[in-house]
Amino acid sequence: MSGRVLVGVKRVIDYAVKIRVKPDNSGIVTDGVKHSMNPFCEIAIEEAVKLKEKKLIKEVVAVSCGPQQSQETIRTALAMGADRGIHVEVTGKDYEALGPLQVSKIMAALAKKEDAQLIILGKQAIDDDCNQTGQMTAALLDWPQGTFASEVALEGDKVKVVREIDGGLETIKINTPAVVTADLRLNTPRYATLPNIMKAKKKKIANMKPADLGVDLTSRLEVLRVDEPPQRQAGVKVETVEDLVGKLKEAGTI
Amino acid sequence: MLLGLTHRRCLLKCRSVKSQTTRSAVVDSALSAFRSICGEDGVSLAAAVREQHGKDESVHRCRPPDVVVFPRCVEEVSAVAKVCHKHDFPIIPFGTGTGLEGGVGAVKGGVCFSLRNMDQVLDLHQEDFDVTVEPGVTRKALNAYLRDTGLWFPVDPGADASLCGMAATSASGTNAVRYGTMRENVLNLEVVLADGTIVHTAGKGRRPRKTSAGYNLTNLFVGSEGTLGIITKTTLRLYGIPESMVSAICSFPSVQAAVDSTVQILQSGVPIARIEFLDDVMIDACNRFSSLSYPVTPTLFLEFHGSERSLEEQVNTAEDITQSNGGSDFQWARDPETRNKLWKARHDAWYAAQALRPGCKAYSTDVCVPLSQLPQIIVETKEDLIENRLTGPIAGHVGDGNFHCLMVVDPDDPEELHRVHLFTERLARRALAMDGTCTGEHGVGLGKRALLCEELGHTSIQVMQGLKDALDPKNLMNPEKVLQLRRV
Repeated sequence: MSGRVLVGVKRVIDYAVKIRVKPDNSGIVTDGVKHSMNPFCEIAIEEAVKLKEKKLIKEVVAVSCGPQQSQETIRTALAMGADRGIHVEVTGKDYEALGPLQVSKIMAALAKKEDAQLIILGKQAIDDDCNQTGQMTAALLDWPQGTFASEVALEGDKVKVVREIDGGLETIKINTPAVVTADLRLNTPRYATLPNIMKAKKKKIANMKPADLGVDLTSRLEVLRVDEPPQRQAGVKVETVEDLVGKLKEAGTI
Repeated sequence: MLLGLTHRRCLLKCRSVKSQTTRSAVVDSALSAFRSICGEDGVSLAAAVREQHGKDESVHRCRPPDVVVFPRCVEEVSAVAKVCHKHDFPIIPFGTGTGLEGGVGAVKGGVCFSLRNMDQVLDLHQEDFDVTVEPGVTRKALNAYLRDTGLWFPVDPGADASLCGMAATSASGTNAVRYGTMRENVLNLEVVLADGTIVHTAGKGRRPRKTSAGYNLTNLFVGSEGTLGIITKTTLRLYGIPESMVSAICSFPSVQAAVDSTVQILQSGVPIARIEFLDDVMIDACNRFSSLSYPVTPTLFLEFHGSERSLEEQVNTAEDITQSNGGSDFQWARDPETRNKLWKARHDAWYAAQALRPGCKAYSTDVCVPLSQLPQIIVETKEDLIENRLTGPIAGHVGDGNFHCLMVVDPDDPEELHRVHLFTERLARRALAMDGTCTGEHGVGLGKRALLCEELGHTSIQVMQGLKDALDPKNLMNPEKVLQLRRV
C-alpha cells in the first residue's frame, strides 16, 4: 500500500460571516468577504494528520480546486501537517459552475495518478451543502465509501468506520482503497500555529489544470436564482385564550 | 401615550424638577431622535430587553435602564450621546453583560448603549501582530477569526466577553503570568465621550508596539468601567499560537510549599503560561463533582507553551522545583485529550463549588497581593471561612498573587448573605493591609467603591475625581460606579 492519503479542502466563505445575496439574485456576495477552509475539510485534514502521527500512513496530500486564492487554503492544510499540496486551477465561469460532479472527477483522476490508499473529504461544504463529492468520487473509482464518519480506524488493508446515521451509529468495515467523508464529531481540528505556518511556506504545492487530468468540467446545472430566506415576522401578543384560538383558526392551523 | 408612567419618572430622576407637560415632550423628542439615528429597530423600551441590559453575572440585582439603544457605528454612538448629553440622561455602555461587579446596572436609570451590532474585526496586520475590533467582537470570536493566521489573543478571563468590555474592565485571566492583562495589550482605543466627542487615545489608526508620545490616554480608559467614555474600537496586541503545549499537575503538603514552588519557577526563568492553585476544599469538591481521585491537598495546575525542545526543559525544571518543595504526584501530558483530563478539576471548579450546596448561588471574591504574602493571606482567609461557617473553596492565579474564594451561599438566607458580605470586606482589607489590591481582575463596579477609597487614599481618589470631572462634568457616564458620589 502506498500509504498516501488525499484530502480535499475547499475554500468557502467563513462560517462566521453574515451572508448577503447579490441585488440581482444571481448569487451571493463574495468580493471582500472573509473566506477560510470549509470546517468539515479541516476535520478531514486533522484526521489524516493524526493517522500520519500514529505512523499508520506515510503522506498527506492536500488538494484544492479553484482560483489562485485556493492556494491559501492549501497552505493552511500544510500548516496543520499535510506534507504537500496540489492546486487544480479552475477560474472564471468554470469556477462558478464547479460542483461535486466536476470535483469528484478531478479527485478520481488524482487518486489514480497519486496511487492513493485513502481519500478523506469533508462530508459537505457549508456553502452548497451538497454532500455529494465523496459519494461520487467513490462511484467513479468503484471504491467503497464510509460517509459521515465519526470514527476511523485502519486495520491492515481494511478501514473500520463508525458512521453517524439517523438511528444512531453504524459500524462498517470496508476494503482499501476507500473514500471516507468526515462528520462533525470525528475530531477537533488543531489551530495552525505560527511556527508551523512559517514551516509550511517551504512545503511544495504543485499546479495543474483539469485538462492535464483529462477532466471535462461541463456542468449540467444552471443556477436560476438565489433568494434570502423570508424575513421573520414579529409575533402578535394576545390577551386571552379565546383570542389565541381565534388567531390560530384564522391562520388555518387548527 | 407611547410611554408608561414609570418610564417617564425613571428617565427624569437625575434631572432637575420640571413641569409634567415639558417632561413628556422632552422624553418623546429624545426617543424619536434615538429612532432617527439608530433606526426603528435600534431602540427598545421592552421590559425584557431592558432587564437583560440591567444585570451582569454578579450578585447585584438587576437595575434596568429606561431605554436600550443599538447603535451600528461610532457616528451613531456619538449622535445618541449628544442627545443624552443635551437632556442629561445617564449613559451606560453594554458589551456582553458578563461582568462580575454590577458594572452595567443603571442605578440612576438612563440610556443603555448596547454595542453588540458593532461586530466587525477591522484592520488585521499579521506581520505587526495587531488587530482592531469593535465592541461586538468577543474574544472567542476573534480567536476563531484569527485561526488561519497562527495568531491569537491570549487574555482569557473565562467568559466569552466583549474585547472592548475587557478593555473597559482591564480584564485579566489565567495566562496573565506570561501574556499580561488588558493593560499591557491594548495599543489604542476609539472612545466616545459623554458629549459625543470621538477620541483616539493614541491617534487615529496608530499602532506602534511602543510609544512615549504624550500622556497615556489609552491606559486611562482601560479599566475605567464605562465611567469616562464609551469604547467603540480597541487595537489589540496579538501573539503567535505556541507550537506546542504541555499541561501538568502537582500536589503539595501545604499552601506555603505550593507558593514557594511558584516563586521559584518564576525565578528560574521558566516562561510558564498558566499556574493555577486549588486549595484542598476545592480539590475535594472537584473529586466529588467529577468522580476524580486527586489527593485532597493544595494542588498546582501548570501549563507550558513553546517549541518541543524548550517544553522538555521547562517541564524538567518545574518538576525538580516542585519536588524540592515536597511536591508529589507530578503528572504531565502533551496530547489534548490527556491535558484536558489533567486540568479537568480546574476547568470544572466553578460548577464543582456550586455542587457542594445545590440550590445555592456562587459569588467570586477577587483580591491580589504580592506573591510573598500569598501563603499568609490564604491561611488567614481559610481560618476566617471556617470560623464563620462559610463555604468558600479557593482557586487562584497564583503566578500573579491573585486568588478567588468561590463563595457558595443560599440566596434566600439574609443572615448568611450578610456574613458573606462582611467576610468579603474583611478579605479585601486583609489584602490591602498586605500591600495588595481589593480587586485583581473583576473591577470596582458597584460594590467596591468604598474599598477603592481605602486602597488609594484620599489624594489619589481626588486626582481620579478630577479626571472624571474633566472628561464627564455632568457625571452622565455610568453613574455610581468606580468613584463614589461626591458629597457637596
